[in-house]
Amino acid sequence: MLKLPIYLDHAATTPCDPRVVEAMLPYFTQKFGNAGSRNHKFGWEAEGGIETAREHAAALIGANQKEIVFTSGSTEGNNLALKGAAEMYEKKPAGQTGRGHIITCAIEHKAVLDPVKRLQKEGFDVEILMPKADGTTTPEMIKAAMREDTILVSIMWANNELGTINDIPAIGKLCRERNVIFHTDATQWVGKMPVNVERDNVDLLTWSGHKIYGPKGVGALYVRRRNPRVRLVAQIEGGGQERGFRSGTHNVTGIVGFGEACRIAKAEMDQDGQRLYRLRKKMEDALVAGLDVTQVNGHKEKRLPQILNISFGFVEGEGLMMAIKEIACSSGSACTSASLEPSYVLKGLGVGDELAHSSLRLSLGRWTTEEEVDYATAKILEAVKKLRMLSPLYDMHLEGIDIKTVEWQSH
Amino acid sequence: MAYGPKVIDHYENPRNVGTFGTTSEVKGRKDIGVGIVGAPECGDVMQIQIKVDQNTGKIEDARFKTFGCGSAIASSSLATEWIKGRTIEQAAALKNTEIVEELSLPPVKIHCSVLAEDAIRTAINDYRKKNGLVDEKAPAAGASQQH
Repeated sequence: MLKLPIYLDHAATTPCDPRVVEAMLPYFTQKFGNAGSRNHKFGWEAEGGIETAREHAAALIGANQKEIVFTSGSTEGNNLALKGAAEMYEKKPAGQTGRGHIITCAIEHKAVLDPVKRLQKEGFDVEILMPKADGTTTPEMIKAAMREDTILVSIMWANNELGTINDIPAIGKLCRERNVIFHTDATQWVGKMPVNVERDNVDLLTWSGHKIYGPKGVGALYVRRRNPRVRLVAQIEGGGQERGFRSGTHNVTGIVGFGEACRIAKAEMDQDGQRLYRLRKKMEDALVAGLDVTQVNGHKEKRLPQILNISFGFVEGEGLMMAIKEIACSSGSACTSASLEPSYVLKGLGVGDELAHSSLRLSLGRWTTEEEVDYATAKILEAVKKLRMLSPLYDMHLEGIDIKTVEWQSH
Repeated sequence: MAYGPKVIDHYENPRNVGTFGTTSEVKGRKDIGVGIVGAPECGDVMQIQIKVDQNTGKIEDARFKTFGCGSAIASSSLATEWIKGRTIEQAAALKNTEIVEELSLPPVKIHCSVLAEDAIRTAINDYRKKNGLVDEKAPAAGASQQH
């Protein structure tokens, strides 16, 4: 039985796995102690919970438990990694310019771009690379941008809007050769695709619970301890928890849930991935075959298996989402953002504002069924056709008028 | 963002969708005014066409096509409903605020109603040009200025 609405927005967030919720429950009312309370059972039990979580988190990425710092999520993890590393490895103290060169990419999440912009204000030289039209940022591009005073490179493993994958191991190797600290925002990657921080040459890695069927408000930052030992200036100071990297009473319930989510992800990653790839392909093939003037955005092959970002010519994204209201997804359209600006990621690809306004991001998840995918495909096809009947741009297309040559009267 | 029921109604049952012919057919007809406003880069393009009784100056019929969100579609659909039966002067006096109120548009969607107002005025000016009447800027409500 199909339950409506159907959720196809897993890149935005995921429901908790019931096993995660079960693991968390005792820590609300029974094992509710402060993990920092060293002198009684309540504290020891809470500490036990978070240390088990730490074990699972480390195992998921092939790290040592001492290299895991629990955070409130990827945004905090990114802030800590970027500001913490920049301030630690600065070439000159605060108040001066030329404090060091930082490289990142224009289609990173705002949780990377905004800290980096702040660092720029505070005297660091920041280089924001434009990705290629397929959404990738290559090692060659980074190599070309590197300077004598480059201290930090931050490149996301997989893009949240497009699913496009970057060659993190190769970028990491490059950075290692040049003694540059390498951070990757792996929020969309960890738990879905295999990670081994040794093999993949990563120094700092961010991920988050609510993208991998864990609770919101918790995540982890991997901080390398050997070859090289990476140090950070803590951004949240106080009681010295997490070996001084991140003070604050532990979010025990969240961390326990996060750990369980990591454990499950490691065990079920492969089968989930294959199944979702097949479903995504089915949906994509049907949409592209069923309509003219469609475009899949981002790299076709170097893509997470469960994300489809697709533009439908002459149809606006928010209008489309309204027409398929039984399906929950996102759009790169300006109308769907609070700022009325279209997706900066699609803009960054040079896709053009018009296609950004016409885009839909569909992201499948652990419990997405074939029935749901088939239903969604049929609804989207129907909705696009209906909206094209309403669209003056589609009329022009049918009449053979090239929209790019029209002089628009905008206000 | 939850939509008001009237927006949803216009969106699911849009009134007066269509055109009075192809672009070239319509260009040649003096009784039809065409207004296209907005731009694909902005995510909003509205086209309103009016068919005017050249004797009475009344809008006999109207059509619209819109590339845009639900509020944009609803604004233009409502606009075509309202201008039917009005003279071109009365239609030109239509204010976007009336659309905002009728559809309960939130602040972030007000520009959709402004676009609909623009589309009507542009269609009227197109008709006027074709018929040798002077281009009017926004006339005051009720005023009728023919040179």
